[in-house]
Amino acid sequence: MTESMNKTEAELTDTFQARVDDEQKIEPKDWMPEAYRKNLIRQISQHAHSEVIGMQPEGNWITRAPTLRRKAILLAKVQDEGGHGLYLYSAAETLGITREELIAALQSGEAKYASIFNYPTLSWADIGAIGWLVDGAAIVNQVSLQRTSYGPYSRGMVRICKEESFHQRQGYEIMLALSRGNDEQRAMAQDAINRFWWPSLMMFGPHDADSAHTGQSMKWKIKRQSNDELRQKFVDQTVKQVEVLDMNLPDPDLKWNEERGHFDFGEIDWDEFKRSMTGGGPCSRQRVAHHIQAHEEGAWVREAMRAYREKQKARDDQAAA
Amino acid sequence: MSEDNMHLYEVFIRSKRGLDHKHVGSLHAEDPEQALEYARDVYTRRSEGVSIWVVNSSHIFASQEDDNESFYDPMDDKPYRHATHYQLPDAVNNM
Repeated sequence: MTESMNKTEAELTDTFQARVDDEQKIEPKDWMPEAYRKNLIRQISQHAHSEVIGMQPEGNWITRAPTLRRKAILLAKVQDEGGHGLYLYSAAETLGITREELIAALQSGEAKYASIFNYPTLSWADIGAIGWLVDGAAIVNQVSLQRTSYGPYSRGMVRICKEESFHQRQGYEIMLALSRGNDEQRAMAQDAINRFWWPSLMMFGPHDADSAHTGQSMKWKIKRQSNDELRQKFVDQTVKQVEVLDMNLPDPDLKWNEERGHFDFGEIDWDEFKRSMTGGGPCSRQRVAHHIQAHEEGAWVREAMRAYREKQKARDDQAAA
Repeated sequence: MSEDNMHLYEVFIRSKRGLDHKHVGSLHAEDPEQALEYARDVYTRRSEGVSIWVVNSSHIFASQEDDNESFYDPMDDKPYRHATHYQLPDAVNNM
């Protein structure tokens, strides 16, 4: 029944690539090159970890949101992120890796997550900046990934994009309220933009020329647009939004380039990117330590559920005997 | 053998790569292999699909619509979960 019978690896690879070239999705039981599987597990799990770790900087403000309405919104958003982590872990698991292995890789530091979540949320305006800029950048990436070649990942992205439509708008609404406030509130909003702008641009990853995975990922259509293309798209769409706030982006090199039809912008501090990505960000240790702590503190719940299941099974077996 | 002993299977079909499997109906069979063959014969005579799942009906655990109120909340009191809840200036409203 399986397509891998009586075929050489080269033939199977040809069939696989022809399918990808033809814009057909690859589904879990299809034959796929081992490197495609590995690359997907790396990317999807990194994406899942980002959703889950991303709950921490925002969760930091749930108890201190300025109004009940803002609190309810923030709770709903953080809850969404947890759900998105689940969709993505499940997609990764269709590739033959277990949830336990994925979590262990996050906790040991072997697996990465978006470096943006290693920055602290110092003021309420940071919650606005994260929703608007960080979710905004994530959405640009995720909209593109709806067309990824792996079926379960693609379907997860469609679901996530649909649910995430409110995340960016609620963030911008916070910024809008602060931008129309008093001097102190405006200063707070500008400070949040100053701190989150560059890390948001880093979310798209290294330049195409320096990206270890981009070439192969584009050929396999895991990625549909390159890091630099997506980053440019994000910059172009954000400039207008900053103008409406009557605020500034912290980049003296930002200007319209008539010839390119895009905004030019300054160079990212790649040393900071590397530092933050490899555990040297301001909150890196805290984020992973908190995840481990929550996981360990929840162990008794998992144990109790298992004990209950075993007891019920024993009872059923006894009744059947 | 009596037909009463045949298992009920639910049939799900993926109409095209990239789409979810969708429930299309059910049938009786002795085992999963046979259910798969029956499903092929009954539910895919007009190129309806590229992949079939069969699931023993007794393995499906389902919520009841009558229990909705106590089982899950439609969240109608939480309009802020929808993008349309946020009023933004026209210049940036396509966000």
